[in-house]
Amino acid sequence: MKRLLGILFFAATGVYAEWGGELRFCLHSEPKTLNPLMVEDEASETIRYLTGGVLIRVNRQTQELEPELATAWKISPRGQSITFQLRQGVAFSDGTPFSAEDVAYTVRALMDPALHSPTGDAFRSGSGAVEAQVLAADRVIITFPAAVAGLERLFDQVPILSAHSPKKEAAVLGPFVVSKYTPGSEVLLERNIHFWKMDARGRHLPYLDAIRLDIQQNRDIELMRFTRGELHLINTVDAESFTRLAQQAPSQVYDTGPSLESEMMWFNQNPNAPFPEYRKAWFRSKNFRRAISAAINRADLCRVIYFGHAQPAAGPISPANRYWYRAQLKPHTYDPKEALARLRQEGFRLVGDRLCDREGHPVEFSMITNSGNKARERMAAMVQQDLAAIGIKMNLVTLDFRSLIERISQNLQYEACLLGLTNYDLDPNSQMNVWLSSANNHQWYPNEPKPATAWEAEVDRLMQAQASTVAREKRKEYFDKVQEIVADQAPFIYLVTKNSLSAISPKLQNATPVMIRPQTYWNAENLILGTAQLARNAR
Amino acid sequence: MNRARNIAIGVLATVFGLSLLANFLAPAPYATQFRDFISAPASHRFWLGTDELGRDRWSRLLYGTRISLLLAPAAALLSTVMAVLIGGVAGYLGGWWDRVVLRVIDIFLSIPWLFLFLIVRALLPLNTSPLISIILTFLLMGLLGWASSARIIRAGAQSMRNSDLVLHARACGCRGGRLLLVHIVPNLKPVVLAQFWFAIPTFILGEASLGLIGLGVGEPLPSWGNLLRELANPQAALSHPWMLAPLAVLVVVMSCFQLLLSPKEFAA
Repeated sequence: MKRLLGILFFAATGVYAEWGGELRFCLHSEPKTLNPLMVEDEASETIRYLTGGVLIRVNRQTQELEPELATAWKISPRGQSITFQLRQGVAFSDGTPFSAEDVAYTVRALMDPALHSPTGDAFRSGSGAVEAQVLAADRVIITFPAAVAGLERLFDQVPILSAHSPKKEAAVLGPFVVSKYTPGSEVLLERNIHFWKMDARGRHLPYLDAIRLDIQQNRDIELMRFTRGELHLINTVDAESFTRLAQQAPSQVYDTGPSLESEMMWFNQNPNAPFPEYRKAWFRSKNFRRAISAAINRADLCRVIYFGHAQPAAGPISPANRYWYRAQLKPHTYDPKEALARLRQEGFRLVGDRLCDREGHPVEFSMITNSGNKARERMAAMVQQDLAAIGIKMNLVTLDFRSLIERISQNLQYEACLLGLTNYDLDPNSQMNVWLSSANNHQWYPNEPKPATAWEAEVDRLMQAQASTVAREKRKEYFDKVQEIVADQAPFIYLVTKNSLSAISPKLQNATPVMIRPQTYWNAENLILGTAQLARNAR
Repeated sequence: MNRARNIAIGVLATVFGLSLLANFLAPAPYATQFRDFISAPASHRFWLGTDELGRDRWSRLLYGTRISLLLAPAAALLSTVMAVLIGGVAGYLGGWWDRVVLRVIDIFLSIPWLFLFLIVRALLPLNTSPLISIILTFLLMGLLGWASSARIIRAGAQSMRNSDLVLHARACGCRGGRLLLVHIVPNLKPVVLAQFWFAIPTFILGEASLGLIGLGVGEPLPSWGNLLRELANPQAALSHPWMLAPLAVLVVVMSCFQLLLSPKEFAA
């Protein structure tokens, strides 16, 4: 009787609805690792985010840094060391106490050359070892051989491991702990009873009892299961499914504005590429690239391909990246007349309805993209028609992803390529391997022996300057200039920035989708599951 | 039966004729995108509506029919000729030749040809026009699609070899090529024709599947294969029944091809 009264009391106050429950959503591939230091793929990243406790967290909503396991931190004036003041009274999921020794242990493991941690690579600033020194039980200093740009933000990706727990990396400091992993089927995360965070009423978080992650590659099945109520959220939905879902259940879909994902195309400018010299001359010409850019109707791409859930892209940084986005940059305007004027400046002329260069070669090139991506194939077909309007014949070739990567990174047998780009890391330092002329992801001409053009030399200088500067404002100044040069020279022709689209069941409360990853469950510890009625009452 | 065959011939001739006159009958070029009429419903202007890029579906169906109706039977003919040559001869000769051919057929049927297509696509020059690309695709399908037909034709030839008819022919002094061409192959005609008619829709659907890995008809060229890809979204197809037009044409054309078969061929 007492128990019944208790239940009735809790139900009446709405508290009963806030506790417990199992959140269910899909991973789109098998997690490649459960070791948080070795994470590279999205599925493993999801598990790391939900289980790992970090010193500093980037708040996905404000994009500002927030103290987590570190209550305070200080970077030395030269940017070579960072001192953390740690939270006290915290324990790992198996009850082992958390201390500065765990931080030192994690940093050593992260920087261990034998481990080849992808997360650790971001911290490598120069030759020499990274040292972690325990100053007190709640104080630790980490020293780097050279200044690391945006150092404190990098710790958002570093879950702290236990130096003493017999469970090793299975002992975690995050809101959930991996309880069961069935390869090919599911990963079950259960509530970490030792999680240190509490809500405003002093109750231990997280509210959820468990999160069940179903491994499901087929997005159509995922969508179907969501509409049947078997899943509580879909973190990212493509524009077509979003539109379909919006017609069925408009209150369950969220468009939070531009995401970090862009679509872009570029021309192969490598002098050793196996195609005729006159074509290389076209691709090296800024006016040619800008003409192509001006001939593409980005507004139509957003409207037709993404049903309005995308924005014309202006440069390498999306508006979703609030601090580093250069708002003054505008997307190249759709203007076929301007395109033809630029081409005339370079000696191109229209012969009938075909564009020819000054030597009489008809302008024709092929563009590759990966097969199976419907939106990208359609986008390429639209670019094809836009270019036909100024007399350019573009042959569209769809290749399986492996062949495509081989062509753009190894044998260079391609002329133009259309692909997507996602900058998960907000800091531009993570793009060093794209913008430095000597970098291997400098796609239009990878691994340049020396900068091929004056503007590339200038981009090199600016990128190196921002990487060795500690002051954030100064770094922004440098990177703004890089963005301006890139927009002007158009080595990458940015087409669209896709919106961040997600779907959330009305049963899930406190979900506030954001533009950056993980869009829907970034505040997993605060998520509450209830029936639709209870959720409405709570609101 | 004759009446049905006549009707089938009439329908096929009409479909062929319409597709050959696509240049005159299509209200718009197959590649033109009417971007203000994306996924438009059927109307006076767009008889079968428009696709996701605003292209007139009726125009694309006419041009696509021309491509598929010329290339798929050509590929089916190639594969059937190869099947007759390889399977027929193996069944007729028997012995070690038959055993070798059987093993080759088994190997051909067990190899994942998808990877060969991927390699071919990777090796093709990128500036290959969509038309050349689709001809190569059907040619490859024709060259690689003979194995299952060859197995059936081989079985037919083998049973013919031991038949009274062939025994009589042999007794009358008929030998070698003459026996094969005059007595065995004509009697295999129902089986061969059945294999040929069945190969046509297989190749059309095969081309549609290859489109998913980038080996089908390249944009913006239409074919039945890439028109059928639109049906991958069944909800859209059910709410916009005019999207089913390519499927309806395919079914009608295939049924007409079936009606061309004599009862004996049909039974085979």
